[in-house]
Amino acid sequence: MSGKTPSVRTYSLVFIALLLLAALTTGIAYVNLGRFNTVAALAIAAVKMCLVALFFMHLWYSPGLTKIVVLAGFFWLALMVSFILADVFTRSWISPPGPFR
Amino acid sequence: MSESAVNSGRLEATATHGVTPALHHQFEDIEQQREAGNFGMWIFLATEMLFFGAIFTAYIMYRVMYYPGFEAGSRGLEASFGATMTFVLLASSFTMAMSVHAAHAGKRRMLLGFLFATMLLGIIFLGLKFTEYTHKWHEQLVPGLNFHPAAESLRGAPEHAVELFMCFYFFMTGLHALHMIIGIGLLGVMAILAWQGKISPENYNRVEAAGLYWHFVDIIWIYLFPLLYLVGGRY
Repeated sequence: MSGKTPSVRTYSLVFIALLLLAALTTGIAYVNLGRFNTVAALAIAAVKMCLVALFFMHLWYSPGLTKIVVLAGFFWLALMVSFILADVFTRSWISPPGPFR
Repeated sequence: MSESAVNSGRLEATATHGVTPALHHQFEDIEQQREAGNFGMWIFLATEMLFFGAIFTAYIMYRVMYYPGFEAGSRGLEASFGATMTFVLLASSFTMAMSVHAAHAGKRRMLLGFLFATMLLGIIFLGLKFTEYTHKWHEQLVPGLNFHPAAESLRGAPEHAVELFMCFYFFMTGLHALHMIIGIGLLGVMAILAWQGKISPENYNRVEAAGLYWHFVDIIWIYLFPLLYLVGGRY
């Protein structure tokens, strides 16, 4: 942990990978994959995010405490997204009882 | 407490912790200080995640509700512009990572060079963004102020749904651009500190924190680019 950081070589490789992934995601948008276009776009974005976070932001080399903060952030984000969407998309399933209609 | 007492207290703290002036007295050693700084920055970024996350949630919701409008709106954006901005921003993240690397290695000139490169790339990004906004104004696609889209830019979708997409476009990219402006300001402060020789291998925490912020803003764009520019499909 102590002051350990990636080498210039690692940074360069990550940068090249990020550029290739950005080109790939743009290219895929011009191919009809149906609903998998969105899946592919989000998957590539997730890979790019991991590369930036792990190497540019040194998360890979960080103490466990920092990693827990990031996981907690994602956990709270997942709670927010899933509960809001579960509410909004199920509202029409059942109508409210008589007096409230 | 008199001034001299404060000073002697400070001297004592320095004496018990060795002779590193960069070390604040509440920390055991320089590594603990650095980790505490990074920890605080990551906590802040976790709150930023939820801040942007709320807007992303709203985007998912309305995209499901008004899909044709979102598809038409997305196709109305210039993917080449979005892709160029992505490349510029990824390059700025690379130069930012190199800035932190230079600060860690104590190479002042290299640090200054990479800080200026990062700021320049950030300004190029904002310039492209501004150009794109003016295009949207001429296409009359600015909700509220100037929204009279041509029939072909609606692609058969209801006008209010496309307007909703454009609201998300301006709100999300605008908020991102605001973060970029703050980031460029932060890097300006770092450049001044580096110029004054206040950044050393023992004390480059501030550069590292500014770097974390910059990379975070980059990650937001990594998601904004496909969600706004690409989901409409170009085939």
